[in-house]
Amino acid sequence: MEKTNKRYWKGIEELKNDPEFVKHADKEFAEYLPINESKRAGDNEGPSRRDFLKMMGFSVTAAALAACEAPVRKAIPYLNKPVDVDPGKANYYASSFLLGGDYASVVVKTREGRPIKLEGNKLSSFSQGGVSAQVESSVLSLYDKQRFTAPQKGGQNTDWATLDKEVMSKLKEISAQGGKIALVSHSLISPSTNKALAAFAEKYGNVETFVYDPVSVSAIAQANEWAFGTKVVPTYDFSKADVIVSFDADFLNNWVNPIANAAQYAETRKVTKENPTMSRHYQVEANLSMTGANADYRAALKPSQIPAAIANLYNAIAKQAGRPTVNAPAVKVSYFDSMAKDLWNAKGKSLVVAGVNDPYVQVMVNAINDMLGNYTTTINLNQPVLTRQGDEKAFNGFVKGLNSGAYAGVFFLNCNPVYDNPHGTAIKAGLKKAKLTVATSDRKDETTDAVTYVAPDHHFLEQWNDAEPTTGHFALAQPTISPLFATRQMPESFLAWTENKTDYYTFLQNSWKADQFEQQSKFIDFGMFWDQCLHDGVFEPAKGKNAATAVEFVGKPDVCAARIAKNYKSADVELSLYTKFGIGTGVQANNPWLQELPDAVTKATWDNYLTVSQSMAKELGIEMFEGDSQMVELTIGNQTMEVPVMVQPGQAKGSVGLALGYGRTAAGRVADGVGVDANPLVAMVGDYSNFYAGGVSIKAGRGKYRIAQTQTHQTYMGRHNVIQETTLGEYQKNPSAGRVQPEIVTAEGKVKPKAVTLWNGHQYENHHWMMAIDMNACNGCGTCVVSCNVENNVPVVGKEEVLMRREMHWLRIDRYYSSDADAGDLSGLEEASDNPEVTFQPMMCQHCNNAPCETVCPVAATTHSSEGLNQMTYNRCIGTRYCANNCPYKVRRFNWFKYHDNTQFDMNLSMSNDLGKMVLNPDVTVRSRGVMEKCSFCVQRIQGSKLEAKREGRPLEDGEVTTACAASCSTGAIVFGDINDPKSQISQMLKLKKDRTDKVETVEVGEERAYAVLEEINVLPNVYYMTKIRNKNSKEVKA
Amino acid sequence: MTNRGFFDSDHKTQCFLLIAMMLFKTFFSRLALTLMLMVSLMASSIAQDASGGDGIPTDEATISAGQSLFEDNCTVCHAVHEVVVGPALKDVHERRPLDWIQSFIRNSQKVIQSGDEYAVKLYEEYNKTEMTSFDFSNEEINSILAYIKVESGKTPVAAAEEPAADGASATQAGASEGVSDFVMYALVINLVILVLILIVLAMIVRVLTKYLEQKSDLDVEDQEIISARFSLAALFKSKPMIAIMTILFVAVITKTVIDSLFHVGVQQGYAPVQPIAFSHEIHAGQYDIDCNYCHTGVTKSKNANIPSANICMNCHSAIKTDSDEIAKIYAAVENNQPIEWVRVHNLPDLAYFNHSQHVKVGGLECQQCHGEVETMEVVRQEAPLTMGWCIDCHRTTEVNSKGNAYYDKLVELHAEHSKEPMRVEDIGGLECSKCHY
Repeated sequence: MEKTNKRYWKGIEELKNDPEFVKHADKEFAEYLPINESKRAGDNEGPSRRDFLKMMGFSVTAAALAACEAPVRKAIPYLNKPVDVDPGKANYYASSFLLGGDYASVVVKTREGRPIKLEGNKLSSFSQGGVSAQVESSVLSLYDKQRFTAPQKGGQNTDWATLDKEVMSKLKEISAQGGKIALVSHSLISPSTNKALAAFAEKYGNVETFVYDPVSVSAIAQANEWAFGTKVVPTYDFSKADVIVSFDADFLNNWVNPIANAAQYAETRKVTKENPTMSRHYQVEANLSMTGANADYRAALKPSQIPAAIANLYNAIAKQAGRPTVNAPAVKVSYFDSMAKDLWNAKGKSLVVAGVNDPYVQVMVNAINDMLGNYTTTINLNQPVLTRQGDEKAFNGFVKGLNSGAYAGVFFLNCNPVYDNPHGTAIKAGLKKAKLTVATSDRKDETTDAVTYVAPDHHFLEQWNDAEPTTGHFALAQPTISPLFATRQMPESFLAWTENKTDYYTFLQNSWKADQFEQQSKFIDFGMFWDQCLHDGVFEPAKGKNAATAVEFVGKPDVCAARIAKNYKSADVELSLYTKFGIGTGVQANNPWLQELPDAVTKATWDNYLTVSQSMAKELGIEMFEGDSQMVELTIGNQTMEVPVMVQPGQAKGSVGLALGYGRTAAGRVADGVGVDANPLVAMVGDYSNFYAGGVSIKAGRGKYRIAQTQTHQTYMGRHNVIQETTLGEYQKNPSAGRVQPEIVTAEGKVKPKAVTLWNGHQYENHHWMMAIDMNACNGCGTCVVSCNVENNVPVVGKEEVLMRREMHWLRIDRYYSSDADAGDLSGLEEASDNPEVTFQPMMCQHCNNAPCETVCPVAATTHSSEGLNQMTYNRCIGTRYCANNCPYKVRRFNWFKYHDNTQFDMNLSMSNDLGKMVLNPDVTVRSRGVMEKCSFCVQRIQGSKLEAKREGRPLEDGEVTTACAASCSTGAIVFGDINDPKSQISQMLKLKKDRTDKVETVEVGEERAYAVLEEINVLPNVYYMTKIRNKNSKEVKA
Repeated sequence: MTNRGFFDSDHKTQCFLLIAMMLFKTFFSRLALTLMLMVSLMASSIAQDASGGDGIPTDEATISAGQSLFEDNCTVCHAVHEVVVGPALKDVHERRPLDWIQSFIRNSQKVIQSGDEYAVKLYEEYNKTEMTSFDFSNEEINSILAYIKVESGKTPVAAAEEPAADGASATQAGASEGVSDFVMYALVINLVILVLILIVLAMIVRVLTKYLEQKSDLDVEDQEIISARFSLAALFKSKPMIAIMTILFVAVITKTVIDSLFHVGVQQGYAPVQPIAFSHEIHAGQYDIDCNYCHTGVTKSKNANIPSANICMNCHSAIKTDSDEIAKIYAAVENNQPIEWVRVHNLPDLAYFNHSQHVKVGGLECQQCHGEVETMEVVRQEAPLTMGWCIDCHRTTEVNSKGNAYYDKLVELHAEHSKEPMRVEDIGGLECSKCHY
């Protein structure tokens, strides 16, 4: 087998062979770890003898006191036990995630009436059983102390009667004077809420609704109106696309329906010997986005040049299609010719998308898709997506009107435009001119600070509601916990102000009785229909009915091209704004799980920063070393802000990137003061917010800054066969392409590592758990990381501790850059690092059969189970950390502190207060200081499902047991199961053969793509990875 | 001469007496030991005797199974011929169809909520008293019905024969007690005889010693034997003694310290005072209410569940309504203030224990870990609940694999390489992650 000559590097330090990096590379912890926190400056010695005696005296006393008497513990049963709640047993309810205009159908796991975990609902064809990091972490937002405990008037608690009385008298006053009332919201997808609002509008007259989306795609709807006469955001189907071209659309992260996009995209990326084909993905963008990191070919381009690139692509396709070409400014785009050629060859099976929020640009994209015949296959205009209904043109009118005093009453429905709208400052100023200002957000934010009344809504897990994310696809949300505070549902508030005394549950049922019930014929009894919908969580009468039909393109590409040439002028430095997968637009910024989730590409936590290319960093004289960076002064127009710099490979030259969603000022303990607020930098092109700005100047700023990255930790010390990859062409010729088959030299010649062993092997009679990770399907998003945190009570440690390299995540996603130049060719590497290939590799405890950690534990706290698990017993661990030192994968985490009930870690919301603790999984121990922990393969889930099978007296079936990470993976990249069951998905996927000779089992993996990381050390992991396959032409690889 | 002659012969006698005395002394001590053994034997036989069983053999297996199920689960609220808390069950199989009865027993609330007319009427008629759900199989319910059918055939007078049958069993039990009484008498008589022999032996030794002491012409050695007095002072001062005592002392102290350290946090025998003086002796003992009736989670959940007040009210809405203790339940319900029981069995947070695994899957009796709760006026922690205690049981207990398809493969594989029965430890029952995660 040929050796891979690619060089993998985790960061620029490693690539450049920085002497500082080399010095630390072989150490687990880069610097001396100061344990003694109280050490005063200048005191160079360690703890003194007196300190030692003091501490010892204290510990002995404390131990003695603690041992005296066990505390009296109470057992408090229900007064009247609900029939379906059994303490100690989880219940699952289908419901809907509705937050910040986003939607996902979910299954909520509750214990003793507390929601503790969300998972995707596979019955939904909109979210397709997928979830995102936002969805996973939203269960903690329910238990946030930042939430309002009662309605507010002028920042003070009040009661609902007072609030209703005052709001209604003002409403009547406004209505009598003929004043206008504005309702401002994110996309409203609840049909029943819309009905309640319509009743409200009817009562008071002059009520206008303004909808905006923080990541706006309203230009797509406008472009569709111009091109096809229908103003909708269509449904895109990535699964049917053989060639995908994306211009700055981060469709795996935030574009239109990212959860479904990711699932569909992954479908086209999974390669097997039986079906050795996959889609080809071109990405043209400025920042190295998560989507771009997954592309086969990626061209880095300044944001101002992207519209021109689209116009050029239009011309290239138009030539083939025989349509008139347009005047397009010349622009050099890498891989442009092959992009155009591939698209034309894949007519009807391709998809071109653009993230540029400009209708002129979007019309060009529509024209390209029309020429390619995609409107009957991959794009469906007959099935509009309703989660993105923002109309910026109307919204701009509202902001103008508000500032001229045209709106006497303003209601903000669960939105925070003062923070997350480009017009935030103007809205805040304009609110002073309104007579009545009301917000319904359930927690304190920048907008609730600017209004007089707050009528707090329930959290989505506390409410009855419905949703229609796409036409004819309905969903229900049901409460999984009683409202924690004196909140009231937003539509119910509007019903109350309409003097309608109906509670919202009845209103909702009546609404379904009148509408949805009529759309089916299966049930004749509404009660049974309702129960079925509630059970399924979704009701989709339109499923598969609104198929795409041929469309007639009536747009004017020549006009659009002229606009593009006029509007987009290249500047020396341009800013491109983006959102991260975790924090997103900042709706859940106060959620520590999201703050500590490393960004997919930069691997940075707890910050936003200016991503700059290496050449620009050199010009600015900035060197970045392991998160040690510098502040710069960023100026656009009259806006100046100080931001830290992140040197980012793949950043288009002449561009810089900055994430939205940070710099909150009134979001709470966790989010306030983290990063800078980039929303004021969102530029307006015509009526549309554009997430790019030209005319940026950057000056070196004051001082140094440290960015908490999880990136350059735990290097593999040059063992480059950790990532094994190939191209599709090579794979088709030889399914084992790209595989590294290490051999060990012995006296008898070269043998496989397996042949040389000190170990006796194990025998797994009952189950043998194994995991397979398809690196082609994994897009690096990090939902699994959050899911793992929620399931396993993993503490949040905060920025300072991450800087000390003490993050506690059991599962991390390693991101490797690679470039094709020879390992020795440093200048070649430097050049290639401008646009590297990226590979994501989820890495967790590999549950080695020959586990190196087990042999070095002096107290046998980590042992092997009869089911192939590497067990970690916290109560036995004495914290020597030998296991972590001996772990070749560096996946063990040490509790340096007591992270629960510790005021120093009050950002760890799930463990620092009684309210937050309600989210903890009661089946998993909360670890204390001084013990080691790591991935357990979700042993509590394994045990739970086994018990279920035992209780029912039947064998365990495949699919019953799955880990939290696998369950949350929208792309199906992680597969978990029992390889003792030959019919299980994992056995089939890895084509396993198991041999059992007296007491020793050997597992042969028949799948050519599957490999174990670091096979040469023969630890026999129970996690297999599937080679990364890029759909590249072998010849072009070195382009 | 005679004197001399006597002396000679006397010397022989003396020798004989000396030997005899030593023999008696040995015999005495042995006998005393035997006696002590016998007394302890008797004590244990008495203890065993108190737990002597009963039970009436019946011929038809199903009916008897149904009877025991009925008596264990239903008699709290139901009788065949009269109304107790719930309706009389005479000819219930004729009144309602079989599947209705089955679903009502499994989840009466579901049937009522489904709007079943009869069920709703029944519910209203009996003051909306909720019938507890029972997780019975169809066979089990059928067996209960078989029993009810048989009982329905008998007249109430026949039912009144019950006490007579009980009487018969009592005499039978009495007879078995009689047998053990006979052994007891024999033992007591033996004991008395032995005590008498002991007294006689002691007297002989004493007389012999006295006689020999009066003799002045004994050898120095013999003298020593007779007048051998135990000198405590000398013994205590001897070096070996000091050494032995020091070692013993250190050993005892070490053992005590280790033992007490092992018992830190072990609350065996913990019997806290509860807010309501609930007696398991009355409920589980005297009235023989099945544990499942109140501890509803025991077969399906991790927790057995402390019963909620509505379960108490199932019976106490009608029974013993004037008691002060039961008034506390009423107060709790009225004030909407849950009852704060003191938790008796506390496992540390780091240990995961699941009741349904042990009760439903393992088929263990509650008493195995909780002791004879039906005899406890105040519940106490019977077992030490230490890890060693758990592990010991996992080492010796056979897996309840019969009829459970989950274990089929394991049993087969186990049989391949072992003739021993499959115990919990053989299938990973001693592994850390079975309880710690």
